[in-house]
Amino acid sequence: MAHQTQRVLQGQSALVTGGSQGLGRALAKALAGAGARVVLVARHPEPLATAVAEVRAAGGEAHGIAADVADQEAATALAGQAAALVGPIDLLVNNASALGPVPLRLLLDTDCEDLERALAVNVVGAFRLTKAIAGPMVLRGSGTIVNVTSDAATLAYERWGAYGASKAALEQLGRVWGAELAGTGVRLFTVDPGEMDTRMHADAIPDADRAELSDPARVADRIVALVAGADAGTASGARVTIRVGPQGAGAVR
Amino acid sequence: MRPARTYPDRRDDVRLLVIDPAAPAEGGLMETRTPALPHLLAPGDLLVVNDAATLPASLRGSDDAGRPLEARLVAARGGPRFAAVLFGAGDWHTRTEDRPAPPNVAAGTRLRFGALGATVGRQPAVSPRLVELRFDLEGDALWAALYREGRPVQYAHLAHDLPLWAVQTVYAARPWAFEMPSAGRPLSWEILLALRRRGVRWAQLTHAAGLSATGDPTLDAALPLAEAFEIPAATARAVAETRGRGGRIVAVGTTVVRALEGAAAQNGGVVRAGRGETDLRITPAFRPRIVDGVLSGAHAAHESHFQLLAAFAGADLLAAAAAHAERAGFLTHELGDSMLVLPGALAARAMAAIEAGT
Repeated sequence: MAHQTQRVLQGQSALVTGGSQGLGRALAKALAGAGARVVLVARHPEPLATAVAEVRAAGGEAHGIAADVADQEAATALAGQAAALVGPIDLLVNNASALGPVPLRLLLDTDCEDLERALAVNVVGAFRLTKAIAGPMVLRGSGTIVNVTSDAATLAYERWGAYGASKAALEQLGRVWGAELAGTGVRLFTVDPGEMDTRMHADAIPDADRAELSDPARVADRIVALVAGADAGTASGARVTIRVGPQGAGAVR
Repeated sequence: MRPARTYPDRRDDVRLLVIDPAAPAEGGLMETRTPALPHLLAPGDLLVVNDAATLPASLRGSDDAGRPLEARLVAARGGPRFAAVLFGAGDWHTRTEDRPAPPNVAAGTRLRFGALGATVGRQPAVSPRLVELRFDLEGDALWAALYREGRPVQYAHLAHDLPLWAVQTVYAARPWAFEMPSAGRPLSWEILLALRRRGVRWAQLTHAAGLSATGDPTLDAALPLAEAFEIPAATARAVAETRGRGGRIVAVGTTVVRALEGAAAQNGGVVRAGRGETDLRITPAFRPRIVDGVLSGAHAAHESHFQLLAAFAGADLLAAAAAHAERAGFLTHELGDSMLVLPGALAARAMAAIEAGT
């Protein structure tokens, strides 16, 4: 929050999935620090409560909803609860991601059910929530949706096949969302945040040098700047690559 | 007419009876389908929708003596307090008028709905079944519990249970509605965007649609209760601009008529932005000051929703419309067909476009 000097999102409401850890948690802090009323969504109630408490302790407004975005009954309830708590949503961040079982496996060893789970969370879950929230945005003529992707969507990393395929599908949906929402006042960005020092990264690549990874708080600040319009040249539907560089030694996760 | 028992194949492709009070006699009725809506409005018109999402307003539980009951929330009273109508044992398979009366609960009685507890508060004089509930939870925890324990209000004329997603419009935002503002159900983005390409503007308001019926004649006679609404500044501006330029204001559903006319009645005939509450009843004698036309679900002639249309069209034309809908087998209620009452809807240009199939 130290990076946020202006409350550029004052009065806006935001919903962040995967809000209890990593980039989602950092984003919730950054968005609240910029003045937004934030709803965090995560599957597990305890880490969710911790993340909500952290934002509140810093003086921000945060609410938690425990839900699995892959649950097809959940999207309507999530959208309703969130709007009851903070008003119609101005910013939706589809950040929740299923990596699949770790250590990651070769495609030849990947269970079909694990591919299905990655698609259910990373593609269909994000799509369902976007449908529920983009409609009222279009009616009001404003709103922003951010889908978090990965370079695993565009490069052929061995053992990242299921995850990468799901993110590639999310990216293609993002391009079509951008085209279909043109002229409505609603923008969608697909953000590739690079390799960050998060638990998901540690799960996937346990022996990575953390000094080489990015600090999710700095990535979050860049996303806040993007949605606040600091980078007004970015077209809706675009894939935005954010690289803040290595955090260096001595980082505390 | 029969109620629709299940979903149409496509929500945005149902039968539409167009009623044009400005058309010459004999020419005031036409049957088409909802995809024709963009041709029936004209550039400069304003379509106003109710963006209230539908709550899971039906809670099943019991009182502290273990007697089963259902509470249907009907109005928010702030924080953990809601007005509710109580029903006795049974569920939606039984018509509300055939449901047993709920146990008589005095103020202070504890009720339990799954994991959600509540205390009965004061009881307005209208009916002993209309009570105020104070839930044990507030804020995040209350909303989570309501969405976990509640179901949307169900209907005995349907063949199946209605899940929460099925009672939402495509533009549903804040959960203020206790039953679905169903007139907007056939509006898909395909139709809404086609309307805008044609030069029709949209605007939204939020209106806390209450229960349409309870099966209790005393209570039903008192419906609708006062309902909360909120009109955004952009909508108040759009209404004024549209009227200033001679465009028509088309309300999607009864709730929008009540909010706009209720707001105007409280402000000397002008729609101002802000929150309010209205107990306005639209009767055949009512002279609308703001709304020119209404898109509504199809209703039979004896229903109050149909009688509301008498404020917008003459008795002879409406009788002919009801007879047509009856003869043609229109389906009524939440998942049914639609009616549009709008002066000028059947002007020559619209007719030509529809006949050309464009």
